[in-house]
Amino acid sequence: MCARRSRAHAFFTDDPRPVTSDTAPALLELHGLHKAFTGVAALVDARLSLRAGEIHALMGQNGAGKSTLIKVLTGVYPPDAGTMRLAGQPIRPGSPQQAQALGISTVYQEVNLCPNLSVAENIAAGRMPRRWGWIDWRAVQRSARSALERLRLDIDPGRTLGECPVAVQQMVAIARAVSLDARVLVLDEPTSSLDETETARLFEVMRTLRDAGVAILFVTHFLDQAYAMADRLTVMRNGRTVGEHRCADLPRLALVEQMVGRSLDAGDLAARRAAASHPVPLLAARGLGRRGSVEPMDLDVRGGEVLGLAGLLGSGRTETARLLFGADRADHGTVTLDGRPLVLHSPRDALRAGLAFCPEERKTDGIVAELSVRENILLALQARRGVFDHLGAAEQQALAQRFITLLGIKTADAGMPIGQLSGGNQQKAILARWLATEPRLLILDEPTRGIDVAAKQEIMDQVLKLCDAGLAIVFISSELGEVLRTSQRVVVLRERRKVAELGLHEGHDALDEQRVLRIIAGADAPAPARAGAAA
Amino acid sequence: MNRARLAALTRSPQFWPLAVLAALLAVNGLFNPGFFSLAWRDGHLYGALVDILNRAAPLMAVALGMTVVIATRGIDVSVGATVAIAAAVAATLIGGSLVIQDGQQTYVTRTSMPIALLAALGVAALCGLWNGVLVAVVGIQPIIATLILMVAGRGIAQLVTNGQIITIYYKPYFFIGNGYLLGLPFALWLVGALLALMAWLKHLTALGLFIQASGANPAAARLAGIDARTLIVAAYAFCGVTAGLAGLMISSNVKSADGNNAGLLLELDAILAVTLGGTALSGGRFSLRGSVLGALIIQTLTTSIYSLGVPPEVNLVVKAVVVFAVCLVQSPQVRALLTGRRLAAGG
Repeated sequence: MCARRSRAHAFFTDDPRPVTSDTAPALLELHGLHKAFTGVAALVDARLSLRAGEIHALMGQNGAGKSTLIKVLTGVYPPDAGTMRLAGQPIRPGSPQQAQALGISTVYQEVNLCPNLSVAENIAAGRMPRRWGWIDWRAVQRSARSALERLRLDIDPGRTLGECPVAVQQMVAIARAVSLDARVLVLDEPTSSLDETETARLFEVMRTLRDAGVAILFVTHFLDQAYAMADRLTVMRNGRTVGEHRCADLPRLALVEQMVGRSLDAGDLAARRAAASHPVPLLAARGLGRRGSVEPMDLDVRGGEVLGLAGLLGSGRTETARLLFGADRADHGTVTLDGRPLVLHSPRDALRAGLAFCPEERKTDGIVAELSVRENILLALQARRGVFDHLGAAEQQALAQRFITLLGIKTADAGMPIGQLSGGNQQKAILARWLATEPRLLILDEPTRGIDVAAKQEIMDQVLKLCDAGLAIVFISSELGEVLRTSQRVVVLRERRKVAELGLHEGHDALDEQRVLRIIAGADAPAPARAGAAA
Repeated sequence: MNRARLAALTRSPQFWPLAVLAALLAVNGLFNPGFFSLAWRDGHLYGALVDILNRAAPLMAVALGMTVVIATRGIDVSVGATVAIAAAVAATLIGGSLVIQDGQQTYVTRTSMPIALLAALGVAALCGLWNGVLVAVVGIQPIIATLILMVAGRGIAQLVTNGQIITIYYKPYFFIGNGYLLGLPFALWLVGALLALMAWLKHLTALGLFIQASGANPAAARLAGIDARTLIVAAYAFCGVTAGLAGLMISSNVKSADGNNAGLLLELDAILAVTLGGTALSGGRFSLRGSVLGALIIQTLTTSIYSLGVPPEVNLVVKAVVVFAVCLVQSPQVRALLTGRRLAAGG
C-alpha cells in the first residue's frame, strides 16, 4: 500500500515538473524517512524511488541530507520514522553488512579498501572461498577475474591495490560491490578524485551495470555528470526531498533553483545596496590560484563592502577563501593589501596582516572543544600578540564578557568548555575570536550553516553592522538568497573557476536571482553588465 | 556532609591522584609507625617522606617534561636514553681524580664543572630537538620518531663512555644528587625550580594556551594563527632538557654513569606519572601538579613495597594493581559510579 500511496504523492509542493505517471515499478522505495540527531533534523519526510536498470542522480547542496539518506539506506543509521521497500518487501537493514546481504552495496568517495592487499583479495575479502577449511586461492583469483570481466575491466587481480591509480581502486571497489550480487549500487561522489579520462572509464562501467539491470544511485555535485549519466534525478534541500524528475524534463536552471532554494524576499536588498563602498580595493588578488584547487582568478575586496562568493558545492568557494587566508598556499598569482604586496604562507601571515577567517567546518577547524569560551575567544588575538605579550586574567575576562554580551552568546559563564554550547553559540564565539583581533577583512565561510534561524539572523545583523563601520567582508553561503541579500558584489564560481562578477554599480537588478542562477548553472554565458542594466 | 561540596571536590582533576597518594601513605603509616616521623639532624631533615621525595626527584623532572610533550598530542619514549646520554657526557667530562698536592687532598676535574653541566644539558636539548624535528618537520609519528633515539641513545651513551661504567671522583658534583640546601635535598630544590618555571610559562605567558589549543585541535589552532610546528619542536627540546637534568641527578646520586642502565624504563614511569596525574594521552589540557603527584604515587609505591617487605617477586604485580586502580577511578564512567554510590551511602 505504501508504494501505491507514494506514487499518488509524486507531486511535490514546489516541483515545477512533477514526474508524470511512469510505468516501470520501483525496485527500491524509500518513503517518509525522518532522522534527527540530538534534536537537529537531518531528514524530514525524505523519499527516493529507484528502478532496476536506471542511473538515478541524487543532488543537493552541503547539508541537504544526501549522506544521511545514504547512511539510512545502507544501515549505518536507523531511521526515526519511514518505510523502506526493496522489490516490494519492507526492509530495515541494521548494519552495512545486512544492507549488503539484501543487495544494497555502497562505494564511498574515499576508497575504503585495504591498499596493502591484492586486487583479488580486496574483491573477495570477508567471504573467501574455502576448501577443507583452507582458503582456496585459485577460486579467489577466478572469482576476482570474473568480477572484473563483468565490468570489462583489464586489471591484474594479483596486483597490490595500493600500487594502482585511484581510478582503478575505485573500479575495484565497484567490482567488489557488484560481486556481492548487488541489485542497488550507491556511488557516493565517485568522480571527485578522478580526472576526465578516468571519469569516462567509470561512466562506461556504470552503463554496463545499468544495462545488466542494476539500480545505480549516483550522488554527485557535478551538474554535467548528472545530466550526462542519469535517467532520473532526485533533489534534496534541508533534509527534504524537493523533487524527482526525469533529467530530460528538467532544465538546469530549474534544477539549480531547487538545490539552492528561492530567496524569501528581495525587499531588504535595496537598503543594503545603497551603502557606498570604498573605491580603492583593500585587498586585491591577481591570478591567485592553486593547482588542483582553484584556477587562477582576480578578486578585489573593498572596505565597507560585502563580496559574496556564489556557486554550488565543489565550485571552489571554500578553496578560494583558504587561499585568501593562507590556509592553503597559492602556487599562482599575487595578493596586495593596501597596494603593498602580501605574502601568505600560513594563516599566521594573514592574521598579522589583519585578515580573519571563520572556517566552514566549525567542529574540526573552528572550536577547541575542551577549552573554555573565554580561551576560544581570545585565541587568535593572543596568537597575534605572541607568547610573551600575555593578556592578564582581568583583561581576558573583560574581553570575553564584552563579546558574550555583544553577540548574545548563551553560556553559563566564560569559563565553560565551548564544546558544551549549542552550534549557534559556538559559531558566535568563533566570530568573536576574529572580531577580537579587530580585522580589516573578514572571510565568512558558511557562517550560518547548521544553526537555528534566530542565531542566523543575529550573526548576519552583526556582520552587516561591522561592514557599515568599514570592515571588508567575503561571504560564502550555500543559500543563494542569503548571498544576494547580503552582498554588494557577487563573484560566481563554477567548476573551480571564476565565471562572473556582478555588482550593484552595474544597476540595481544586476544581482537578479534568476540571472545569477543561470550563471551558476552554466545555462548561459556570463552576460556582462549590459544585460542587467538594460532590463 | 555537604553533598554538593563533596561532588565538586571529587570532580577536581587532582582529587583521585591525591586520594590514592594519601591512601598509600596511610597504609605505610599503619605498618610502619615511624613512617611519618621527621627528624632534624646535622642541619638536614631526615625521614621516610623526605626520602620518597628525594628519590622521586628525577622522575618528577622527566614527568614534567613529558607532560608538555603529551599535551601536544605527542609522546617521548627516548627520555630514558637521554638520561643515559646526559649522565655519560657529564661523567666523561668531569671524570675526576683524587690528587695529593703539597700534602693536601684535592679533587681535580677534566673539565670545569659548569661547562660539563652545560654540555650535558646541551646534548640532552639536542636529543630533544632531534625528536621534535622528526615529529614536527619530518612528520614521523611521535612514538616511532622517539623510538629511534630510545634504541640508538643507549648506544650513543656507551660510545661516550667507551662501553665502561664511568665512576666519578669529584665531590662538588655529588651535591646535585646527594646535597642538602636549607635542610632539604638539593634535587628537590631543582624540581621545585623547574615546576615554578613551568607554572610561570603556563599561566603567565600564552604558552599554556597555545600548547593546549594545538594539542586539542591542531587544525583550529593553525587557522587561529598559532605556529604549532615551532611549539612542538620546543616541547620536545624542553623534554630533552628535563631528561638531562634527571641524568645529572641520577649520575650524581650513584656517583657513576652507566650507559646501559641509567634511566632504564624511566620513560614508562614518566608516561605513567603523567597519565596518573590526569593529563590525557590524546593531548590538550595538561596538569603540571598532576604529573608531580603521579610521580610521587609511583615512588611511594616502590618505596613502600620495599619497606613493607613485600617479596620482590610480587613487587611488579602490586605496582600494576595500584596503577590499574588509579586508572579506573580516572575513567569518567567508574567515577560517576563511585561518587554516586558514596553519596547514596552518605545520605
